[in-house]
Amino acid sequence: MRAYFDHAATSPLTDEVLGTYTDELRRIGNASSQHAEGQAARVRLESARRRLAQAVGAEPAQVVFTSGGTEADNLAVKGIHAARLAQDPRRTRVLVSTIEHHAILESAEHLESRGATIEWLEVDRAGRVDPQVVADVIARDPETVSLVSVMLANNEIGTVQPIARIAQIAHAHDIPVHTDAVQALGQVPVDFATLGVDALSITAHKVGGPVGVGALVLSRTLAPVPVLHGGGQERSVRSGTLDVAGAAAFAHAAERATARLTDGTTARMAALRDRLAAGLLDTVPDAVLTGGDLDGDIDGLPARLPGNVHVVLPGCEGASLLFLLDAAGFATSTGSACQAGVARPSHVLLACGFDEEQSRSAQRFTLGPETTQQQVDALLAALPEAVERSRQAGLVGAGGAR
Amino acid sequence: MKVLAAMSGGVDSAVAAARAVDAGHEVVGVHLALSRMPGTLRTGSRGCCTIEDSRDAHMVAGLLGIPFYVWDFSERFKEDVVDDFIAEYANGRTPNPCMRCNEKIKFAALLDRAIALGFDAVATGHYAEIRPSAEGTPELHRGADLNKDQSYVLGVLTPDQLDHCLFPIGASASKADVRAEATRRGFPVADKPDSYDICFIPDGDTKAWLSDKIPMRPGLIQDEAGEALGEHDGAMTFTVGQRKGLRIERPAADGRPRYVLGVDPQENTVTVGPQEALAVDELEGIRTTWAGPAPADMGRSEEAGIDCEVQIRAHSDPVPARAWLGEVRTEVPAAEAAPLGPVVPRPRPAGQVLRVAVEEPLHGVAPGQTMVIYRGTRVLGQATIDVSRSRARAS
Repeated sequence: MRAYFDHAATSPLTDEVLGTYTDELRRIGNASSQHAEGQAARVRLESARRRLAQAVGAEPAQVVFTSGGTEADNLAVKGIHAARLAQDPRRTRVLVSTIEHHAILESAEHLESRGATIEWLEVDRAGRVDPQVVADVIARDPETVSLVSVMLANNEIGTVQPIARIAQIAHAHDIPVHTDAVQALGQVPVDFATLGVDALSITAHKVGGPVGVGALVLSRTLAPVPVLHGGGQERSVRSGTLDVAGAAAFAHAAERATARLTDGTTARMAALRDRLAAGLLDTVPDAVLTGGDLDGDIDGLPARLPGNVHVVLPGCEGASLLFLLDAAGFATSTGSACQAGVARPSHVLLACGFDEEQSRSAQRFTLGPETTQQQVDALLAALPEAVERSRQAGLVGAGGAR
Repeated sequence: MKVLAAMSGGVDSAVAAARAVDAGHEVVGVHLALSRMPGTLRTGSRGCCTIEDSRDAHMVAGLLGIPFYVWDFSERFKEDVVDDFIAEYANGRTPNPCMRCNEKIKFAALLDRAIALGFDAVATGHYAEIRPSAEGTPELHRGADLNKDQSYVLGVLTPDQLDHCLFPIGASASKADVRAEATRRGFPVADKPDSYDICFIPDGDTKAWLSDKIPMRPGLIQDEAGEALGEHDGAMTFTVGQRKGLRIERPAADGRPRYVLGVDPQENTVTVGPQEALAVDELEGIRTTWAGPAPADMGRSEEAGIDCEVQIRAHSDPVPARAWLGEVRTEVPAAEAAPLGPVVPRPRPAGQVLRVAVEEPLHGVAPGQTMVIYRGTRVLGQATIDVSRSRARAS
């Protein structure tokens, strides 16, 4: 019996969303075509856009469909920066937090290689950006800032950021704010209007939709320079044949995920998450819970994603623990970025002040709406032996190398 | 048994993993990420640990229906293999990084982790055989295909390690058989080219790679009498036995080619001479290990030694030899070793000295090279060559 504790990586497609998706995939028609089939496709696309907009507190015209979160992040950071710089060549500073997803980090570094100055916004031990820091960095020379990008919730440690306050601060200087809400959607209320941001990235597969469709929710007044050039679809901001099936499935999944926030599902998941965290700290006394508090809130949102448990288990070799838990039937994550398996120390943990050793012994457990108490209890039962063994693996790993 | 199959993405380790599965073992595949900056695509037979290799290995694991993981040993590999390689060259020695990888990574770091995680053995795609001795202890033997035999690079394994090793393709008649089996099994890697060269020097240009890492100073190329013949741009990239790339304008008096006879990193000189001056018939090795019980009949003098064969390169022929034990050498402090600017000088390795004499002289024996001693197909043990000399010329 497998138990899936890696919802932050991707989430299961529910049968009902799968039904919507496959029904749409069977239908012919390019939403940009003029004939009856095209018209029908356009109607279904716009219906999906409307439903998705509603789920995230935005207007339909603000939804720009993309291929996913990475593309939305690229379009926001590169596109908004380029547009702002074209308006005023002094705007060379981009404010980005140090714990962003690689889609933002690499986009920012790309801009840096083309002459931009990246102002890295530091975080505290919980991984949170202090709005005052944003204010201070902007105040050094407000005229030269092109964009602020801070994620709404972190993918590794689940910390939720005070985005509404950051947006207010930036807007006092007419500086646009982007937030990567890929992890937040479906876990905490994501409301474009309430957050007050100018651009917000989301993706379907983290909320029970298919991989390959996402959106950048974009204020009406922003016209980012396109990343993908072509036929001018999606406000001429994102070209490419529209994925009607993906959009419909995304809208359906987002509606369901949003509904779960208030129907008791998320509260139940948070309770299981608390059970897992408490049990883990109980069985592994020296485990360190990273990120924000389990309860508490920040600007009216939960301070931490309700499905996230991320811990440093001193002495544990992360890859070994993952292997042992996987063999025991539990899908977990070391939470660190991977390229051909070379796990570099997590930039998120380093930014929070953990050292490389600690970052190598991290493990992330992310719950979903279908997670059961039996699964949590089974994981808790399996953890002590797996932790013990991976500590032994950590010991032999350390020997000889020094 | 619970077996961890090391899968490089090549055909040998793929078939090895498959045979371990067929033998009824509970097999888990693992690909070692050894490079800090893995390349994306393989180029011909060069390069290693690319994303493409990892994907190939993953695909084979999928076909076998076994779990598969990528484990990061890049830091250990850098410390124990790459940095060691650089330091050995900086000290005028010629290391074998593949042996070092076997000694420190595959059959140490990986094997230790495997044991800690509850595995009984590590399986690899090496062409060598482990056979039980009369007493039941493991013996390491040459692979059945002598053209592919890799027992030389496994010579560093100790009985404890051999107890936890599986070489499922070691008894294969030939590489062609292994490829045919991979094809039969539908492995996409069946026709993948063999890898050669040093995996962490992707373009194969060791000298250029080293010159980035070791401070090079121009110095003299001299003959055996100390007469200057030319200049080099860094002694450390030369290897004993090397003939090409000396760029000496003045030909030898007898018109015959000259070879590198020695490299002195302290004096920064390269000594050259005729081929016969490369001939040595006595070797002194250190850091001796035994791939089984130490030979009981081996004494501490030539008379009390044993008859065996010695092999000094992965693909050279073994030659009849007499081997006996020397003293147990203690470490020479690093402070007394060659000072080399930013490169930390290494202490002369310590341990049991192994002495070997051969009837037919060997050529191109460089310090740092490994000598493996065999009796028939069986690997007895190995030592790192520290000194070589010619008794014939001395007398």
